[in-house]
Amino acid sequence: MTQSAPHREYTDRVATGSLPYQSCDGCLSAVFPPRVICPFCGATDLSWRESAGLGTVYSASVIAPRDAEPYSVVLVDLDERFRIMSTVVDLPARDVRIGMRVRAGVDPDGPTGPRVVFTPEEREAAS
Amino acid sequence: MTLPDLRGSTAIVGVAESDLGEVGPDRYAIELAAQAAGAALAEAGLTTRDVDGLFCAIAGRGMAPLDVAEYLGIRPRYTDGTMVGGSSFISHLHHAALAITTGACDVALITYGSTARSDSGHGRLAMGPPELPSYEAAYRPRPPITGYALAAARHMHRYGTTRTHLAEVAVAARQWAALNPKAFARDPLTVEDVLAARMVSSPLSTLDCCLVTDGGGAVVVTSAERARDLPRPPVYLLGAGEAHWHRAISQMPDLTVTAATESSARAYRMAGIGPRDVNLVQLYDAFTINTILFLEDLGFCAKGEGGDFVSGGRIAPGGDLPVNTNGGGLSYCHPGMYGIFPLIEATRQIRGEAGDRQQPGVTIALAHGNGGQLSSQVTAVLGGGDSL
Repeated sequence: MTQSAPHREYTDRVATGSLPYQSCDGCLSAVFPPRVICPFCGATDLSWRESAGLGTVYSASVIAPRDAEPYSVVLVDLDERFRIMSTVVDLPARDVRIGMRVRAGVDPDGPTGPRVVFTPEEREAAS
Repeated sequence: MTLPDLRGSTAIVGVAESDLGEVGPDRYAIELAAQAAGAALAEAGLTTRDVDGLFCAIAGRGMAPLDVAEYLGIRPRYTDGTMVGGSSFISHLHHAALAITTGACDVALITYGSTARSDSGHGRLAMGPPELPSYEAAYRPRPPITGYALAAARHMHRYGTTRTHLAEVAVAARQWAALNPKAFARDPLTVEDVLAARMVSSPLSTLDCCLVTDGGGAVVVTSAERARDLPRPPVYLLGAGEAHWHRAISQMPDLTVTAATESSARAYRMAGIGPRDVNLVQLYDAFTINTILFLEDLGFCAKGEGGDFVSGGRIAPGGDLPVNTNGGGLSYCHPGMYGIFPLIEATRQIRGEAGDRQQPGVTIALAHGNGGQLSSQVTAVLGGGDSL
């Protein structure tokens, strides 16, 4: 069922530790960011799902502020076929590579509240 | 219902810049827009009283056409405030041609102003607060550069493009700027300088980024028939095309392929030409990667070959394809929404008025605008009298 306040639903779910996305009841496409209408087929029935959290870094940039530690800004393609901007933590920003497998987690202390971040997926990276 | 045949039915009859560079803290964007408008109309042999179609966009001004019309004392019967970022003004040119051809207006004024540079030191924000909700802000990208950095990183990963390739773009722009007395940055620049510059959002350094200047510009458009009675040689709009596929960079399907593929195809089709017929290119180089992406997507080289294409001085003075002969957003002027300046430079080159940087025999020029983060793409093909 369509949520009347999809952004609120998203942030509430992230706060509980998940990476939520929507799935279109009409065409079964993964939809992100959350919406009230499917951008692929126009259907208005979207169901919430929780991502398994595994994905691949599609692109990456490192920002090195003069007065703080460098951090990465990445685009991650989740295995459920949606893309999200995020950052890779627990790894020096300059070591983040395109193509790297990563796993989602929730950083409760993001600059705008709880946010989804990624860590290297060690088991798969070693294979 | 079919659209009117736009090819050659309208023409640019006046262009002008306002004061550029750094105008100081006591000037306002609307003043620069008005200054450019007055100069462009004077060049066209027209006055504000002749203008009945107004097209404008100013960052942070949601009702810019109302501001500008009141300021200039224009009472337009046709108004277009389309705001698609830096590509807005080439979009306005397309819309003006449609409006003139269908009789909605006779004389269209396209105008823009910004005091982005002077504002930056005085706490006057050129842009309003970010639109909400954002699914990117929590990761602190540096807008807009990080979007372009992600595209550059992907292009490098996919096609082996290098930072040296990017630097070649900056060096070519600077060489052109050295020939333009109005350009902001004219001192010599080498590939080594660009590679050694401070990284802002990898792989883009400070010298991969456009300038932040003040500046405005204006373009006057009317019917081809009326244009022939005005003082300057008409520069005809031969083709125009628009496309946009996303707003946020995280929603761009493939970061190495822009909607310029579609906008240029539409413009070429209308003009009845292809990239091989183009003598000169003015494109929106907010960052060095833009030039590489757009030369590919506008059809001047194959996808992935842009890095090699810009190397060896090919787009610099004396090269095979003159690109951004004014010095571009990288070295001439970039007040935030650069898209009006490609139209001004293309017009001057076709008229043969570009001074030391004038290219011989410019019959057909392409002007390409970019808005957002590789989001809105608008292409115009312009030609002199010989192109009709």
